[in-house]
Formats: sequence, C-alpha cells, structure tokens
Amino acid sequence: MSTEVTGVQYDSDYIKSFSKDRHEPEWFTDLRLKGLQWVEELPMPKPEKTRIIGWNFTEFEHQPSAKSFSSLEDLPAKIKQLVGQGDQSGNVLIQHNGAPAFRSLTKELEDKGVIFTDLATALKDHGDLIRKYYFTDAVKADENRLTALHAALVNSGTFLYVPKNVAVNVPIQTIYWQENPNAGFINHVIVVAEQGSSVTYVENYLSTEESGAPVANVITEVFVGDNAKVQFGSVDNFSENMTSYFNRRGRVENNGKLEWALGQMNEGNTISENLTDLIGEASAADIKAVSVGRGDQKQNFVNFIRHFGKHSESAMLIHGVQKDSANSIFNGKTKIEHGASKSDGEQTQRVLMLSDQARGDANPILLIEEDDVVAGHAASVGRVDPIQLFYLMSRGITKEDAQRLVIHGFLAPVVNQLPIEEVRAQLTEVIEGKVQ
Amino acid sequence: MSAPNLKIENLHVSIEDKEIVKGFNLEINGGEIHAIMGPNGTGKSTLASAIMGHPKYEITEGSVILDGQNILEMEVDERARAGLYLAMQYPSEISGVTNADFLRTAINARRGEGNEIPLMKFIKQLDKKMDLLDIDQEFAQRYLNEGFSGGEKKRNEILQLMMLEPKIAILDEIDSGLDIDALKVVAKGVNEMRSPEFGCLIITHYQRLLQYITPDKVHVMMQGRIVKSGGPELAQRLEEEGYDGLKAELGIVDEAEEQEV
Ligand SMILES: Nc1ncnc2c1ncn2[C@@H]1O[C@H](COP(=O)(O)OP(=O)(O)OP(=O)(O)O)[C@@H](O)[C@H]1O
Ligand SMILES: [Mg+2]
Repeated sequence: MSTEVTGVQYDSDYIKSFSKDRHEPEWFTDLRLKGLQWVEELPMPKPEKTRIIGWNFTEFEHQPSAKSFSSLEDLPAKIKQLVGQGDQSGNVLIQHNGAPAFRSLTKELEDKGVIFTDLATALKDHGDLIRKYYFTDAVKADENRLTALHAALVNSGTFLYVPKNVAVNVPIQTIYWQENPNAGFINHVIVVAEQGSSVTYVENYLSTEESGAPVANVITEVFVGDNAKVQFGSVDNFSENMTSYFNRRGRVENNGKLEWALGQMNEGNTISENLTDLIGEASAADIKAVSVGRGDQKQNFVNFIRHFGKHSESAMLIHGVQKDSANSIFNGKTKIEHGASKSDGEQTQRVLMLSDQARGDANPILLIEEDDVVAGHAASVGRVDPIQLFYLMSRGITKEDAQRLVIHGFLAPVVNQLPIEEVRAQLTEVIEGKVQ
Repeated sequence: MSAPNLKIENLHVSIEDKEIVKGFNLEINGGEIHAIMGPNGTGKSTLASAIMGHPKYEITEGSVILDGQNILEMEVDERARAGLYLAMQYPSEISGVTNADFLRTAINARRGEGNEIPLMKFIKQLDKKMDLLDIDQEFAQRYLNEGFSGGEKKRNEILQLMMLEPKIAILDEIDSGLDIDALKVVAKGVNEMRSPEFGCLIITHYQRLLQYITPDKVHVMMQGRIVKSGGPELAQRLEEEGYDGLKAELGIVDEAEEQEV
C-alpha cells in the first residue's frame, strides 16, 4: 500500500465506509476507488527544475475534528478580518479543517438560482451538476499520483454555480481555515458561470497551526460559459510547515473571460499549476500573480494558457520576490494551437532577489502552431539596485524600510491591477507581514 | 536651535583605486550658501556622493564633521537623519513607490516611531510646497521619479529638500536641464530655505543660477581640490573667461582631463 497515512490504513474498505458515512452517490464512491488504484499506478507530477523528493504529500490525518460557528461574531479575529465587509458582505462560506463551519448566501442570489455551498452538500443536493463538472473536462483524476490521491480522499470542497444570464454584483467568498498539525486538506473547488453570467469569487487559504506537517492538495475547476465572465481571486497563505499542491484550471467558451488574481503567499513548499484553456472564439484569460518566497521554502509556479479558439486573447503578469534562501521556479507557458488564428498571447514574469542565497528562475515558453497570431514574452531576474537603496537611504530611510519600499514597488504593478479590491487589500497586508 | 556646521578636512576619495578627490577642505555654517564650480570630471559629484556615503566611493583620508559628529562613521540613513541632504545630479527612479509614500516614509524615519506625522498635516505641507514649486498635484501619486523629465526630477529633489528640512544640503547640478522658469522656481525653493539653521553647498556650471541664489562664497574646484575661493564676482569672471584664464593664473596644467571626453 503506497498510500501511507498516519493512523489509518487507507484501503478500499476505509474509502467505502468514509464515502458511505457522507452519503455520497455511487458514481462518486466509484471514482474514489479508481483514484485509490491510480495512486499506486501513477507517478508523481514532475515540476520542471524543482525536486520534490521528500516532500510530504501523502502522510496525513484524513478526518481531523472541526468546529462550526453559528455567527460570524464567534470567529477569531484573524479569520473574521478576512470576511468581506459592508457592500462586499453577505455571501461567505467558511470551512474549518475541511468541514463547513459557517455559510451565508443572500436570499436575492438564492432566488436567482445561484448555488454556493460545500462540496458534500452539493453532492447531496445537486449531484447531477457535480457529476457534469467534477474531474471531467478540466482536470482528469488520472493525471498523476496527486490528482488520483485527491480523487480517492477528497474531504473538502466548494461548489459555486451561477445560472444563465445572472450577474452577481457582490463577491462570493470562501475562507479555508486549517488548524491541525497533521491534517490532509484535500479540497476541490468548482466554479461554474453559465452563458451570459458574471461573478467574482474570492478565496482565502490560511493555517494557524505552526507545528506538525500538514498537507494541502487543492484542485480547482472553473468553467466560463459563452459570454460569461469570472473574476477569480485567491490569497494562499498556508504556514511554513504545510506542503501544498495547488492545481487550478479554467475553461473558457465563446466570448467568455476568466481573470485570475492570485496572491501566492504560502510559507511552505508549494507546487502550483495554473492552466487555462481558451476553447471558444474570442475567449480571453488574464492572470496576475504575486508571490514572496522566504526562509528556505521551495516553490514551483507554472502558469499555462492554451489558445484553441480563434481571436482568443491572454495576458500573464507574474511578479515574485525571493528573500533569504528561498528558491522558486516560474514557468510561464503560452501555447497557440493550430486553428487559433488571430490570437494574442502576452506574458511577463519578473523575479526580484533580495539575498545572495535566494534563487529564482523565470522561464518563458511560447509554443506557436499557427501563423496569424501575436505573441510575446518578457522575463527577468534581478537584484535590488544598490544605487536605488542609496537614494532612499540618503533621505533618512533605514535600509530595512528602503528594501520594503522597493519590494512593495516591485509588486505594486501587479497588486494595484488586481481586479478585486478585497484581494488587493488583504494581499497588501500579507506582503507587509512578509517583508518586514 | 544652533546654527549647523559642516567641516570637510583633507578629504581624499577614490573610485576603483583611482584617486579623484585629492585633499579637499571646506567649512560651511548655517546661514551660508557656498557654490562650487569647476570643469567636467574634476570630482564635484564624487565629493558630494562620498560625503553622503555612496557605496561606490571610497574615502581614503580626511574627515567630515557635522556638528561635532564624524559622519563618515555613519550609515547613509544615519547621515541623513543627522541633518545632511544631497540633491543628486542623477536621481534614481523607484517603480511602484509613490512620491507621497516615499516622502512620508522619509519624514517618519526622522521623527521616529510613535511620533509619525499626522496624515492631514503631511498632505497640507506637501500641497503647500508643491504649490510653491509649481509641481502639479498628480506628482504626489506618480511613482518616484519614474518617467519624470530631467527638469521634473530636479524640482522633485527640491521638493524633498523642502519637506525634509535638513541642516546642510548639497545640491549637485540642480540647475542642469532646467528651463528658465523652472530655474527661477528652484531658486525660489532654495531661497525659501535660507535661514541661520540651514547651510547649503551648490554645485553648478552656470553663473545664471547664482543670479537667483546669491552665494556667500564661490569656490573653484580643479583636479580634486579647491584651487580658488572668492565672492560672487568669481562666478562672474568664470562666466566671462572660462577656466583657461584661471588655469594660466594658477599655473595648472591639464593632465588627466585631457584624456577625458
Ligand atoms: N563609477 C565610476 N567609475 C570610474 N570612474 C568614475 C566613476 N564615477 C566617476 N568616475 C570618474 O571620476 C571623475 C570625477 O567624476 P565626477 O562625476 O565627480 O565629476 P564632476 O566634477 O561631477 O563632473 P561633471 O561636471 O561633469 O558633473 C571623472 O573622471 C569620472 O569619469
Ligand atoms: Mg557632477
């Protein structure tokens, strides 16, 4: 049994009974069992230029105890401050150790047919919809050992569904709060925006337990229908002890638009893969991502956009700061498939290194299989300019503050352009904490 | 507040093992404005940068004392907080940091933790000084010097000077690249600072600036040291004769400068 997990033996009997306890539909249980089998057959993902040997992705506690809250007021301040306020409030799902702890959705949205709930509830109430989107067209369960492990052991998740022509004007937010030293957080997010709809979805990942060796395995599938628009924002902020696998996928149909705004602020070792398929004609994707690596953490970020539709457009803007002896690889890929004529794909990746021990690589890759297209890339890895520091310090600013200003300045072009105000504000705060 | 005093004695500065400043002496007191003129490449900027603590310049000999404190032992930011200011010939551009944020950070660094300037007070001060210097309000939110024209950068150096109110300021070619109106504005800013608590060293090539800011003393720098000092009339003479007359008078022979272009 290659799936060794602390405490319990994760065999098919365990999975059957886990699934049964949750009253999951049969197809779902079957997929879990297939996943378990694939775990043994499939290799680990192979992030380019990052060695993940020895990273803990498979040893964890699968059913940690969880709390729930009847009111937002009962949440600890650290969590409460993440919740959207004023006209940004009203639609939030909080999950504690993978289990729903609090949920609110305005009646107005409910009446319009918006579904926003945790995965287990969605499986019960909207099983057919989940079946249509879960591990079907975006991510496949049998891609690698971690997707398979995910299929076998998923224990958390969110489902957001926006019906045809419904415009949701307030952000929908999920907060994932992990607070267990050994938990395996296997989280599956599905966002569906049907034809002509629009929605802004914001998620926060954070962990407040500094000891132990917890694991995150997060798969996100976003479906943007014809003429639909999704703004997807996230602040990933897991603590240093947590090993993370983030796999985010999007599929965009005719005239649809998907905007990713990612603050990739995990403190622990992280593999992050973000792939958007521009399927439809005149579909568009935009990725903005910032990260700050510090300590001795290792990270690998892949941002990948594939153009299939004619006149499809993509833009990628990735800025990363590397402190201490952090090591991050940034792989930006833009692929324009045969037939995607008149498409336009642009990418920029910039890495700023703050110490001699830090390492950062920015690898731009353009794969063009069609003549009549526009594509471009820019990538740079640089250090803080000592003359800039001299200039700032000559005004009385301490070296630490001068560095802080330069870092904020470096990340500002991305942060300031993030389309989602909440993400912007939260991210600024997280960055502030990291660069001090 | 007592009048500040900056004393530079027998200063020698090298860059990449080449000695540029060779025994420079000057004393500046509060209330005084000194001007330094001199041909290209004689070490004026080197002198100014070395006093501020630029990482590329090495001081091999001599001392710089501000109000009794040896500033050469201080870090760059400590020198600034001790009351020194350098308006640079080529100010850096810092992307993503707004002029206003930068200035507020600099002011607060001087005031210390717990004594930060109230935001409204800061904004009022900034508005007032920007008005005086004819700087458009939008420059407060522009990124620091990024994409500023040459003249705008110079004005911004003077804006910082006025906001930070140092004891001793060195202005390195603050007039280069300025149109005539901007020159007057910059001079107005410097004149506004004039007080017994403020001393200033102006590095310039042109007598024109000195028509608007009357210096108490004018010094001519050649080959890394002061070769002649006088009053404003010295600047006038250089304007008319160039440096050749003075070189002949002092018996200075070009050596290094000849290779320079
Ligand atoms: N980074 C450097 N590397 C090598 N030589 C340098 C460097 N910086 C300055 N120098 C040399 O030092 C000498 C003095 O330069 P400096 O900039 O101090 O002259 P300056 O008097 O300010 O001239 P200008 O009037 O043109 O501004 C010049 O010969 C210059 O080439
Ligand atoms: Mg100079």
